[in-house]
Amino acid sequence: MNRLLPWRVGAWALGIIPLAFAIKWTFQSRLGPNPVEFLEHYTGDWTLRLLLATLAMTPLRKLTRMTEPIRVRRILGLWAYAFLCLHFSIYLVFDLSFSVVQLGEDLVKRTYITLGFAAWLMLLPLAITSTNAWQRRLKRRWLTLHQLIYPAAILGAIHYLWLVKADTREPLIYLAILLALLAFRLPMPALLSRTGGSAGSSSRAS
Amino acid sequence: MMLIKLSQSRPIEPSEITPEAVYTQRRRFLVNMGLATAAVALAGYEPAAAGAAVDVNLASLNVAKKRELAGGERVTAYEDISHYNNFYEFGTGKEDPARNAGRLRTRPWSVLVDGECESPGRIDLEDLIKPQALEERIYRHRCVEAWSMVAPWIGVPLTDLLRRFKPTSKAKYVAFYTLFDPAQMPDTARGVLNWPYREGLRIDEAMHPLAFLSVGLYGRVLPNQNGAPLRLTVPWKYGFKSIKSIVHVQFTQRQPDATWNQLAPQEYGFYSNVNPSVDHPRWSQAKERRLGELFKRNTLPFNGYPEVASLYSGMDLRRFF
Repeated sequence: MNRLLPWRVGAWALGIIPLAFAIKWTFQSRLGPNPVEFLEHYTGDWTLRLLLATLAMTPLRKLTRMTEPIRVRRILGLWAYAFLCLHFSIYLVFDLSFSVVQLGEDLVKRTYITLGFAAWLMLLPLAITSTNAWQRRLKRRWLTLHQLIYPAAILGAIHYLWLVKADTREPLIYLAILLALLAFRLPMPALLSRTGGSAGSSSRAS
Repeated sequence: MMLIKLSQSRPIEPSEITPEAVYTQRRRFLVNMGLATAAVALAGYEPAAAGAAVDVNLASLNVAKKRELAGGERVTAYEDISHYNNFYEFGTGKEDPARNAGRLRTRPWSVLVDGECESPGRIDLEDLIKPQALEERIYRHRCVEAWSMVAPWIGVPLTDLLRRFKPTSKAKYVAFYTLFDPAQMPDTARGVLNWPYREGLRIDEAMHPLAFLSVGLYGRVLPNQNGAPLRLTVPWKYGFKSIKSIVHVQFTQRQPDATWNQLAPQEYGFYSNVNPSVDHPRWSQAKERRLGELFKRNTLPFNGYPEVASLYSGMDLRRFF
């Protein structure tokens, strides 16, 4: 049990620390000349980082053969979703002034917003069914459902790549890490047997 | 008459310095923003005393006249104008140029003027400005990224400069080039854009009385990150047309290349007039966020300068965006 504690603390810290900084800078008026844009980028960045952290737990478990990473995965995933909700809310309030008409227009006309919105929609049922009760209730279907994190993360990374004007370095780094983490899940029997993992035994929905 | 004074000839009066308490008030709204719920009032952000915190290390400039050409709208804080810049030669982040542009050497500076004109030549910055009276113009500035500001530029009408070189009847366009020196601009090594940065205007646009050549901001010479020592200020066009740190001007017969237009012609037109009814493919141009404000405001056609509309009469501005 005690081995889990540092992992849990670490996972919570990954969510709380960036949130605390955002709040601190907001109160100190240190968000720069365009505070809305700053917070949109900041919450978007942290959504992607936390999604990548969530998706890194299965590879980490296989590489370290520890079970702790899997047991903090839910914390990371929920923090990612919390940042995503903040991201979406800031856009709704300050960019759209709550206009549903404008949201509709953006969703139809601007593909990067369509992609980001789709990712938010996909992750919504994951957040709702993240509890132990739902996990028991859905049984095997829970695993299938939670594979939605893969397309959602891909959409999130493309959403970022699509909106930058010319300097694609950062979004490409996120996309590259994401693809590496996803590639790790592909069946590679030869590689896995050499590193000691057993192909397919625990690679589902992670 | 020496108009650019490199020494600090006019020290800031104590009365001109905004007390810090007042200055910091301007952002107190952010506290409220932190607490803001969905029902937040649409109250605007009130930046007090926009002139606070001007960089006193920059030489002050005397101006012969002042013109307010932003409809009386509040001038954006100097801090914001000088710390939110697109100047990719010094990094692609908005605050990168303020951090990195210190490496730019702005003196001595000369500009090569050639192409379709009778008296081409290389001219020193000081000579270029001297024969004309500097004036201050307060203009709206609208970026293609849907943010905007109001800035008190100091400079000369572009037409005054161009006429000195006697453009011929073959001069249909004017091309402008930014300095390209990797030693002073380390970020150019990454090749995000096609250096040197280049822009162009049609000759009648360049000769329009609103087209301006800025050498100063807020009573002093331009901060490097804002395009020192010499930049274009074309207030009815998206900001990227207003090319910074110009070293070369060329009169041409054909439409010159423009950097962003070359990179993505479907997104950035050669004309790039501010037009709320023609969206950028990836975002709306109907609204903009003024630096220092939280909610967006409506964007005006030609950025609120309808007097330039006659330059484009008969043109389909959806096609020639």
